[in-house]
Amino acid sequence: MAVEIKTSGVKPLRNTFDHLVARFGDKPANRYQEFSFDTQPATNFHYKPLWNPDSEVYDINASAIKMNDWYALKDPRQFYYGSYVSARAKQQEAIDQQLAFIDDIGSLSSLPEKAKNLLTEIIVALRHYEWGANTNNNFIAAYGYGTTITQAATIATCDRLAMAQHLSRIGLLIDEKTGESLDKAKRIWIESPAWQGIRKDIEGVFVLRDWFEVFVAQNLVADGLMYPLIFDEFVSSFSRNYGNDLNSLTNYSVKWQSDFARWVDSVVKTASSESDENKEQINKWIDKWHASIYSSLGDLAKLAFGIECDESLEKINSSFIARISKLGLR
Amino acid sequence: MNESKHPVFIAFQANNDTLPIVNAITRDNPLAIVNEMPAMVKIDCPGRLVIKRSSIEEEVGREFDLQELQINLISLSGEINEDDDEFTLSWN
Amino acid sequence: MANGKKLNLKQNYSMLTKGLDWEPSYQKKQDIFPQLEFEGIKIHDWSNWEDPFRLTIDAYWKYQGEKEKKLYAIIDAFQQNNGQFNVTDARYVQALKIFINAVVGLEYNAWRGFSRLGREFGAASPRIAAQMQAIDEMRHATTQTHACSHYARFFEGMGNAPYQFDRTWYLSIPKSFFEDACSSGPFEFVVAISFAFEYVLTNLVFMPWMSGAAYNGDMSTVSFGFSAQSDEARHMTLGLEVIKFLLEQDPDNVPIVQKWIDKWFWRAYRVLSLVATMMDYMLPKRVMSWDEAWTIYYEENGGALFADLARYGIKPPRDADVTIKEKERLSHEMWSIFYANRDVVGFPLWLPSQEEMNWMSEKYPNTFDKYYRPRFEYWKELEDNGTPFTNTTLPQLCQVCQWPCLFTEPDDPTEFSHHQTEYKDEHFQFCSDGCQHIFENEPEKYIQAWLPVHEIYKGNCILDDVDPESPDYNPMVEAIRYMGLKPGIDGGLFKEHNDAMNWEKWTERPSNIHNQPATDFVRKTGSDK
Repeated sequence: MAVEIKTSGVKPLRNTFDHLVARFGDKPANRYQEFSFDTQPATNFHYKPLWNPDSEVYDINASAIKMNDWYALKDPRQFYYGSYVSARAKQQEAIDQQLAFIDDIGSLSSLPEKAKNLLTEIIVALRHYEWGANTNNNFIAAYGYGTTITQAATIATCDRLAMAQHLSRIGLLIDEKTGESLDKAKRIWIESPAWQGIRKDIEGVFVLRDWFEVFVAQNLVADGLMYPLIFDEFVSSFSRNYGNDLNSLTNYSVKWQSDFARWVDSVVKTASSESDENKEQINKWIDKWHASIYSSLGDLAKLAFGIECDESLEKINSSFIARISKLGLR
Repeated sequence: MNESKHPVFIAFQANNDTLPIVNAITRDNPLAIVNEMPAMVKIDCPGRLVIKRSSIEEEVGREFDLQELQINLISLSGEINEDDDEFTLSWN
Repeated sequence: MANGKKLNLKQNYSMLTKGLDWEPSYQKKQDIFPQLEFEGIKIHDWSNWEDPFRLTIDAYWKYQGEKEKKLYAIIDAFQQNNGQFNVTDARYVQALKIFINAVVGLEYNAWRGFSRLGREFGAASPRIAAQMQAIDEMRHATTQTHACSHYARFFEGMGNAPYQFDRTWYLSIPKSFFEDACSSGPFEFVVAISFAFEYVLTNLVFMPWMSGAAYNGDMSTVSFGFSAQSDEARHMTLGLEVIKFLLEQDPDNVPIVQKWIDKWFWRAYRVLSLVATMMDYMLPKRVMSWDEAWTIYYEENGGALFADLARYGIKPPRDADVTIKEKERLSHEMWSIFYANRDVVGFPLWLPSQEEMNWMSEKYPNTFDKYYRPRFEYWKELEDNGTPFTNTTLPQLCQVCQWPCLFTEPDDPTEFSHHQTEYKDEHFQFCSDGCQHIFENEPEKYIQAWLPVHEIYKGNCILDDVDPESPDYNPMVEAIRYMGLKPGIDGGLFKEHNDAMNWEKWTERPSNIHNQPATDFVRKTGSDK
């Protein structure tokens, strides 16, 4: 049914949704804005949750952090679903080529036993850390307040599972797809003293009930220390001894983290700039988790670098402290 | 051992990508009934319906991953069993 | 040492998700997963859970990325070509108002609910399945918003969906439905939404109605509808998997699950009843009737499902027979109530044309000419005389489903169904035995309901700038403002509505293909075909 329409004279009645006009002015809105702002149900809730009668399904008091406008916690990447999956599908295509190449030449499976063990104990075991990070971001998606934060947390939940699966693939390149490295890495994660501090911290985050504290503990502090330790320090030290093949697979993790950190920093900075109370609360959480996680990383670093691990630890710690102070905290 | 005659179905968007899939399904399932609706094609079949990778590959003339079915799938009914070669819908 | 070995689909999925979760030892499991016990469901072995789709995230990104690319290409082309003017007529657009105002809110809550399950379930595999559904539901809320936003620029009543979803009286029907599920335990939620809502009922929205959207020239809506439904196909599979898993874990789960199936089938059916009017009355060109759709998608396909589940001792839902008795009346009864209350709804209403009534006579031979045609013909007469029938009081709402008590007795289409019960010295009203039964099983939950009509009478629906003590205070006018409806703009009679006027001015085609043009504009240009 093709219809001739004299559309040149047709002017839209309005530029965009009323709530976006109120927020951004009377002009067309982009697709990130259209879904991300003022879309969460916010009032006239019908039933108290059977799983927590003291809360609401969307509970503005679920965190000790208080915001005048929760939608201020924006995602600088402006991810909405479509832009997110398209970006990741494209990145994945590149990483698939790397994986296929390494698989073809068999360069990880032909590493010396010692190197394969080290990779299994550090990189492959890290898949469980990522599963923990998936759990924690999922908590924020499930109990956070406002679409801007829960949308980005949903994306983060997916990203962390993807990272766990990516690290699993590295394991399968080491063990020629038998899955032995995965089994071994899990034993290491459960039993090895090197990982117990971290596992204890992560389980500690699992029982937190304040979603913003979960955000600070996992995405700011734990990742802020773990990623540089593993993906900068460990990977370079490994490459010095065993070549660059690991590098080509973990570049993805490095780039992902630097992108992710833009979101994390922006959320933390916005919330702490809102009020002195917020700032004090966030500082308290940073102190608590920084102390615990940094000390846990000491044992892991010994496994990763041997006794000469102090330099790496100090390096990542001082850049973490620099990052925090750049955010106007501590 | 599968004796149910209750209908299972699968529906796809009606387009150029799904033509060969529908052809493959009707070849492999003689009891299938193809219902065409605006923009949609729904295939009903009593008890069990099987989609074979090899048949679709013959139709499209290239390698086909059964997970590609996802792209134009609209809906289905029945218990799914999927492996690399076959995607099956059935009732007990 | 080249490695040619390739893992198949099942092996690959199982390796990549293998043992990702672990038994915690520094915290108690109940503290990490506090929601798993209070519903009385017994799970002995979470590892028996099987995800039939086995989609790893890389594959998910790939296929979803492709779907999104196709979808937005169509939406972009539609917008650039002003596709909104290529639909059959301006009445069709009214159905989209239900989408943006009601369905987006449902998807949003589904996203919330599955996010909670993704966190709270007791093992990696079901949690991953729930997480993927959560992000899919976020997708649906997003794509529906994007597809409708273009319409909102040219038509009334689509400009403030989230605000209305929280406040408008009839939108408390979908809102309370999903909040009921979201406030339930994780197992009840998954039975409610994955099984009763999605597996048993959502095909009715996304297959015949969306196919109808295509038939009426709306490629934008049909694209998001079908694209969403392809995710739904995975979700429905999850729904079936969940049911089988729960039933196989422990025989004690069977009666609990049966109770939830009974409750949520009825709850979901009442919400989706709206689709009956969307199919029969709001599509200018029709694909099939509600009666036919119910016969195919519930009686035949749902029948197959419940036959399959009989081996576990599961019976078809308690009130399934009532839905079959109602199928010949539902859309007509609902359209009547919307028409009568058109001044307080967010879209304009019209009476069916002669052509449409003839279609209904054919599709509803047992009921339409007997009960509804005379009513519509009488109302047409009143309209022609300039005294259209209208309801001046707000309708009584059902305490559970929150529909007006507009339905008739299952065995007597001339008798309004009205049920009442007393609880803690208060009276509660219901539209049906099904809703009363749900209330009586959980009165403490349903007495909390935020019933809009009650709240209006209690004076709770006014904006901050209103002084209820002032002499010219009009509670109804203020309540409508509070709900985000613009009186005289959003609702009313279609033929007098801005959408009809603008449509004829912009397209030079009649706003209602079966009626005379509503404006001189089209009469003069004579482009009516």
